[in-house]
Amino acid sequence: MNMILSNPDYDSTNLEEFKNIWVFCEQRGGQMMPTTYELISEGRKLADQLGVKLCGLLLGENVDGLAKDLGGYGADEVILCEHPLLKTYTTDAYAKVICDTISWMKPEVFLIGATNIGRDLGPRCAARLHTGLCADCTHLDIDLDLYKAFLHEASTLPAERIDGLGTAKVLGKDHDISRDLKMTRPAFGGNLMASIICPRFRPAMATVRPGVLKKAAYDEAKAKAISVTRFSVELSEDDLATEVLEVVKAAKKLVDLVGADYVVSVGRGISTDVEGGIKLAEELADVLGGVVGGSRVAIDSGWLTSDHQVGQTGKTVHPKVYVALGISGSIQHQAGMKESECIVAVNKNEGAPIFDIADYGICGDLFKVTPMLIEAVKAAKAAK
Amino acid sequence: MDFNLSREYQLLRKMMAEFTENEVKPIAAETDRTCTYPKENIDKLFELGVMGICVPKEYGGVGADPLASAICIEELSKQCASTGDIVATHNGLCCDPILMHGTDEQKAKYLPMLTTGRKVGAFCLTEPNAGSDASKGTTEAKLEGDHYVLNGSKVFITNGYVAEVFVVFAMTDKSKGTRGISAFIVESSFPGFSVGKHEQKMGLHGSPTAEIVFQDCIVPKENLLGQEGKGFKIAMQTLDGGRIGIAAQALGIAEGAMDEAKAYVKTREQFGRPISKFQNTQFVLADMEMGNEAGRLLTYQAAARKAAGQPYTKEAAIAKLWCSEHAMKTTTKALQMFGGYGYTQDYPMERMMRDAKITEIYEGTSEIQRVVISNNIGL
Amino acid sequence: MKILVCVKQVPDTSGKIAVNPDGTLNRASMQTIINPDDMNAVEAALKLKDETGCPVYAVTMGPPPAESMLRELMAMGCDGSYLVSGREFGGSDTYATSQILAAALDTIGIEEDDILFCGRQAIDGDTAQVGPQIAEKLHIPQVTYAADIHKDGNTVTVRRMLEDGYMTIKVKTPCLITCIKELNTPRYMSVAGIFGAWQRPMTVLDYEALKDNALIDKSTIGLSGSPTNILTSFTPPQKGAGRMLEGNNMATCEKLASILAEKHYL
Repeated sequence: MNMILSNPDYDSTNLEEFKNIWVFCEQRGGQMMPTTYELISEGRKLADQLGVKLCGLLLGENVDGLAKDLGGYGADEVILCEHPLLKTYTTDAYAKVICDTISWMKPEVFLIGATNIGRDLGPRCAARLHTGLCADCTHLDIDLDLYKAFLHEASTLPAERIDGLGTAKVLGKDHDISRDLKMTRPAFGGNLMASIICPRFRPAMATVRPGVLKKAAYDEAKAKAISVTRFSVELSEDDLATEVLEVVKAAKKLVDLVGADYVVSVGRGISTDVEGGIKLAEELADVLGGVVGGSRVAIDSGWLTSDHQVGQTGKTVHPKVYVALGISGSIQHQAGMKESECIVAVNKNEGAPIFDIADYGICGDLFKVTPMLIEAVKAAKAAK
Repeated sequence: MDFNLSREYQLLRKMMAEFTENEVKPIAAETDRTCTYPKENIDKLFELGVMGICVPKEYGGVGADPLASAICIEELSKQCASTGDIVATHNGLCCDPILMHGTDEQKAKYLPMLTTGRKVGAFCLTEPNAGSDASKGTTEAKLEGDHYVLNGSKVFITNGYVAEVFVVFAMTDKSKGTRGISAFIVESSFPGFSVGKHEQKMGLHGSPTAEIVFQDCIVPKENLLGQEGKGFKIAMQTLDGGRIGIAAQALGIAEGAMDEAKAYVKTREQFGRPISKFQNTQFVLADMEMGNEAGRLLTYQAAARKAAGQPYTKEAAIAKLWCSEHAMKTTTKALQMFGGYGYTQDYPMERMMRDAKITEIYEGTSEIQRVVISNNIGL
Repeated sequence: MKILVCVKQVPDTSGKIAVNPDGTLNRASMQTIINPDDMNAVEAALKLKDETGCPVYAVTMGPPPAESMLRELMAMGCDGSYLVSGREFGGSDTYATSQILAAALDTIGIEEDDILFCGRQAIDGDTAQVGPQIAEKLHIPQVTYAADIHKDGNTVTVRRMLEDGYMTIKVKTPCLITCIKELNTPRYMSVAGIFGAWQRPMTVLDYEALKDNALIDKSTIGLSGSPTNILTSFTPPQKGAGRMLEGNNMATCEKLASILAEKHYL
């Protein structure tokens, strides 16, 4: 395993040498992961705030055809690293190529989707490049005024404190934060938020939670104008300590919670009749045109498979309507669904925290209420 | 003097609380409703070393003490008194007398069976006409060459139809009354052993209670436990220790009922506020807590005295009497707080109340405990 | 062969979260638990111990009270433990934490056929960074999101979960594997383990014990060794309470459906 950077003079503390915003463009089997386009769209805004280029870093074998779409969502340039050993993701090969590329081309910001692969790769690269990484971000800013506007909206910090932001104490000295990437992320299940900066090292690295950032409109002209730079990859079998024996796609189509407009989730409340509860949720989801999700309890108890999980350790959803059936609404669960446009909660317990965030609450037995709700929604839709 | 449990016991309680929450609580209502012996959980308790917890390491146990056993029974009983009962009987009424009175050969043969061998144990004393008065027992044991022949039947035997090792009391000399009673170790595979009627009980539905019938049951001579004629003493000593287990079981029931009630009154609103805000509710819960605290101190004290080899007959009787009567009172009052809901099977209160009642009856009724206590205060 | 498991004591965030007026977590008022994913890592290690008889050691960085967690892990079956603890280590972010832990693991000594286990991520930070960064700093390969593990001689075959399936990965020891809850069900402490937990060794590794390791330098640990800084920490505003609909009958459901239709949610 070769972990030595190919640029021997690389120094992550020479901040002024670093320029441009990069996005790791994760593809699997030649298919671009959707979160890449979210990152490109967000990266475009950040690059404009800094007045620099947005580059997509694309690794794989015979993947140059993917470059155009990256342009369509806002990339100026794609840095293409192709090699047979990059066909399938391995930590060793990807970390080596990415770190080598960065050591020569020195971006100031490097964004990675917080997928299972991104979260494997990000920390490994940050350690090798000796820089900071903020994991699983839900919001990014560079422009200070935009960041302040975000805090006014999304935090309970006093207005004067927000308006007074401009420097941060870094190792005892005042540091101007105006050009730093401000990476905001939830901690403790979303009850606490933190904005992180990486003031002394570059690139500032972040993994970003899939499904949180919005994809921009596709721009055909920009797609056509994309420029591709090939980076010559030096890689051999000796660089790999791991061997991928097989890659298996789940046979069952996993539920697409993140993209769903309607999510009907079940929690502990169905424990008295798990099958019946899930059936009701499925019926309601069918009527609405959505999918079924579950709280952590529903997944940990084995009632639903983990691809159904909504919450801090599961997926973040923002459907038009989120229906919580028998979910008390722990803070972990709320972290994954509170950005839904409209939240409907059905729970026996009047004091359930879910009612604190629900737009509409019905206090009652889900096994009695849900069938009626299914009928009512059917009727309302038919009347349209 | 330090009234805190030492760190090992605290950690044991934590482990048992986790086990009870994850393994026992989810099936407690079902166990009760379907009268099912919770075999999987008992197997897990064997694996963890809870079954036969006091058996020394050389015999396959973990070498803990009666206090450890009491803590395990208490925690299990918070959610399922049946599970607590099965453990209490196995540890206190089967492993314990063999450990105390068995020969080296008996210990080497039977204690590993009751620990690593995962065979459940039971205790056969009560007969249809001999409950509190054991001297009226009619089960007989006759020595014939190298074996005894047992005839008679025993009733209300906890673990009856799942146990494989039984400590059985039988008359070897009827003319001597209690001095004619002897104790035996009987395996369920011995010829002439059979299980009779399975009892339908008010509570403890997960605890397998049955009649045990001996019809010319052949018991090898070397399975005599202690000396001939010393059976009554062995039985009384065993019950002294067993009472600590029942005290712990009753204590657990009371604590479990109080936990449920406390959680419920905080969420249940009447007249515009949670009923926990009414002093009437608070005072009842305060009394429950007082009784629980007393129960803990009494039970742990009795267990600690037994562990230290000090006399504990009176202390065990007091602990058992206090905790069982307190459990009955507490479950009744806790159910009342739930109102109509408490009376339904949607909540565990009615089960806890049914389960509590037996603790005032078995291993010596409340009346017998008062006899034991008065005998021990110089009357 | 031996197994080292990295674990963390975390505040129990499943209940109510206590937050100080300045927006930081009030750790003192919260119960601590062993990080749930780390329990799966411990179980994976103990399973291998059951199969091979190799010793298992738990390693944690934290304040002295983290000893209670290590005792619990020894009650589960770990043969010994290491508590990496020192004032100098305070204020470390994930980079500096992995630096210190890597130094500690290096000091303990990693041999050819050893395996390191970590949990996927800790519930307090949810970063999932320390495992891979330890592996990088120890120059050993990593496999994250392990849902199945088989050891055969000096190779380990791991089923690594992806969002849409899995990969089967073969890796040579020594290696670091991060574990997810699908991997196994953690065992309980045993009674024998509990009564033996204080007889098993717990070694404290403080700054003095680690300072000669090549990874340890004032500029690589603690605040000064942390590339990231917290700019602000804050609580999000509570979403305005919605409305409880009256009743729970058909009329209630019709009312809700008509509101949803009116607001174009249907």
